Amino acid sequence: MDINNIISPQLLDAFIKFGINVLVIILKIVVVLAIGLLHVAYATYFERKVIGHMQVRLGPMRVGPHGLLQPFADGLKLFFKEDIVPANADKVVFYIAPIIFMAASMVNLSVIPFSYGFTIADFTISPVIADINIGLLFIFAMAGMGVYGIFISGWASNSKYAFLGGLRSAAQVISYEIAMGLSLVGVMIMAGSLNLTDIVRAQEESVFGMFAIPQIVGFIIFTIAAVAETNRTPFDMPEAESELVAGYFTEYSGFRFALFFLGEYIAMIIMASMATICFLGGWTLPWYITQVVPFINYVPGIVWFLMKVYACIFFYYWIRATLPRYRYDQVMGIGWKILIPVALANILITGLVKIIMTMYGA
Amino acid sequence: MIQKEAEKIFETRELNVNMGPQHPATHGVLRLVLDIDGETIVKVTPYVGYLHRGIEKLGESLSYFQALPLTDRMDYVSAMSNNIGYVVAVEKLFGIEAPERAKFIRTIVGEMSRISNHLLWLATHALDIGAMTVFLYCFREREWLLDLFEMICGARLTVTYPRVGGVRNDVPQEFLESLWKFTDEFPSRILEYETLIDQNRIWLQRTVDIGVISAEEAINMGMTGPTLRGSGVPYDIRKHMPYDAYDKVDFDVPIGTKGDTYDRYRCRMLELRQSNNIIRQLIEKLPPGPVMVDDPKFTLPPKDKMMPITHPTKEIAYFILEKACKGCGMCMRACPAKAITGEKKAAHKINQALCVNCANCLVTCKFKSVTVVSGGKGLSDEKLAELAVAPDQLPEDIKQAQQLLVKQFEFIKKGPKAPEGDLYVATEVPKGELGFYFVSDGSGKPFRMRLRAPSFIHAGCLPRLCVGHLVADVIAAIGTIDIVLGECDR
Repeated sequence: MDINNIISPQLLDAFIKFGINVLVIILKIVVVLAIGLLHVAYATYFERKVIGHMQVRLGPMRVGPHGLLQPFADGLKLFFKEDIVPANADKVVFYIAPIIFMAASMVNLSVIPFSYGFTIADFTISPVIADINIGLLFIFAMAGMGVYGIFISGWASNSKYAFLGGLRSAAQVISYEIAMGLSLVGVMIMAGSLNLTDIVRAQEESVFGMFAIPQIVGFIIFTIAAVAETNRTPFDMPEAESELVAGYFTEYSGFRFALFFLGEYIAMIIMASMATICFLGGWTLPWYITQVVPFINYVPGIVWFLMKVYACIFFYYWIRATLPRYRYDQVMGIGWKILIPVALANILITGLVKIIMTMYGA
Repeated sequence: MIQKEAEKIFETRELNVNMGPQHPATHGVLRLVLDIDGETIVKVTPYVGYLHRGIEKLGESLSYFQALPLTDRMDYVSAMSNNIGYVVAVEKLFGIEAPERAKFIRTIVGEMSRISNHLLWLATHALDIGAMTVFLYCFREREWLLDLFEMICGARLTVTYPRVGGVRNDVPQEFLESLWKFTDEFPSRILEYETLIDQNRIWLQRTVDIGVISAEEAINMGMTGPTLRGSGVPYDIRKHMPYDAYDKVDFDVPIGTKGDTYDRYRCRMLELRQSNNIIRQLIEKLPPGPVMVDDPKFTLPPKDKMMPITHPTKEIAYFILEKACKGCGMCMRACPAKAITGEKKAAHKINQALCVNCANCLVTCKFKSVTVVSGGKGLSDEKLAELAVAPDQLPEDIKQAQQLLVKQFEFIKKGPKAPEGDLYVATEVPKGELGFYFVSDGSGKPFRMRLRAPSFIHAGCLPRLCVGHLVADVIAAIGTIDIVLGECDR
């Protein structure tokens, strides 16, 4: 019997296509994970160097040239450290918490596009693992999941500091998520889509070249909320070192601690990518720059993307080195009394402008 | 009705949090038990004593001149000021007046110590509130000051540089030059710290109206130093009961108005500038002259004059004259090298191979049986017996050295006798009023030494400052009263 009689050529073709697609997705996951984790490792190095130089010292210098191998040394150290579980901890939950936290922030990497799709031998490869239409919402949902990791780790540790840290974190992250979501509604209205690639395309086609200019209010709110969302200074209540020792992960050690640490840095990179994609034009440059210096078009988009992301991350480090820490009630006050009303006003104005513009066919 | 019943069934309790003794922000081993309702502080109970080393009791078994290094270990952040506080008190007890130059130098190093203390205070206070960079900026300048301390006495933290009756040694010229350069640059550095926090919105929100204490209450609680002056009480011992060279310099006492954390912060920042000013004035006026009181009663005999019989490389040997020795065993007990052996009531013998030339036997012997043989190193006992002469027939320099040595032993073991009575002397250390209270029974050691440590009293004010505020304000309150547990627990 001929094989063609069992499986029709069309079906075979479909199978091969499916197989290649799966292969491509697996390849993408591997690449994004590897590169993502490498970026996280070097984000810590970058942070220590930047803050070090801001504070008239050198930062890591010993491991490798200019301390370049420091992230690996740190990782190795954390990996071989003793994993201590407090005697009165709720063991199962204690084990699960860092995994939830890490997974919730890592899964966000799958919806972040790095550039437009490109074609190799009839296959269109989009540089994003899952090009879903609700990318923005997905990121919010996952950020909300991360709170569970923080909260139950604080609860399971059975330690008062961790408990207070967990409580603070739950309150803070939930309130700032509202402000952050509202600040992005303006972007959604302007782009007319929740798909991250579409948002970038909308910016490229717009008059301003990036939404940070018309949505300046939203951009500022988003930046502040992102700092609070990633628990960084001046909003690092949940882990305020001087008050709560280390907040919700006080009782964690070794690799479990490293998971929290990694999760936090991934969250920071995600937030920086979100700012880049939603407000700074992603991997594109505004037309008024490309037209003035046309040869800049030859630089691949991913370079601009990474540069923008790192500029955002640098900004986070910069404020960490500059500002003192807010008090817990002040943080909540800012979130509820300032950011959310302003974000709502921003949505109202953006919506009105949009309606007027569509009415007059602009 | 229903609510009341519910309250009966569901009793609410405050969360009891143990802050310290190991905690990143309690400045050492302070332990605070906080009762919190949500994030609001209901009750604070400070527990001290984790760093108790019994300095007051130790002082009773040391002569007035020996207890000085203990004061370094009290407030290790500003050891120099503690030393000065102690020597000023002991000088007053003995009625000694230090030479003018020594007084000036002591005032200079005291103010340096004040600056370095306030720098550390600002560094940690800002770090507690979250401003990390100020911490490292402050340490940059503090390093400079510690290096200067090292230049004059070889130690950076536990200096023990001042002495009863003056200072240990004169300051080198490079020290004064480097210090002058420091005072030139320091005001611009203060501005640098203030750029980061002084008008910073977050800093203001964290410090203004936090831990308010009125002037009356602050006096009643026994607060002193900048902690008191923040409430608007212009009390400064340097101004009102000047010691050392403070009456010869011109300076202001900065005071606050409201008595909140921000006022206390401003006070200390202004004090940094005043201290800088004082140092500059003193360097300009620094008189020449000796740095130690010229009275053999209160100073150790010069070392070079004791050299002929104490230096381990000298070609000498100690020998016990058989005729004079009564076999009392005193020298045997005093010998640190266990080189002396002998039966009771029989002549003792020195094993020359073990002898380290410490001269303990020479000083302890009451029967003048121990003598020194010049050039006797390595000789046999018979030969030494031939060469040995009675102590009163020894050459003049060895005789003098022997007398000085006896004096030194008396000075170290018993100490100069203090007049009977009791005395309280206070000085202004960076943290507040450091008082020394001595009860003297006329011997060389205090019958009772009591310290009034500002940190201890300020730690007691913590509940007053914290209750009603939030958890984060406890940290600000610990920072603002500027305590060091070494001094608090003593």
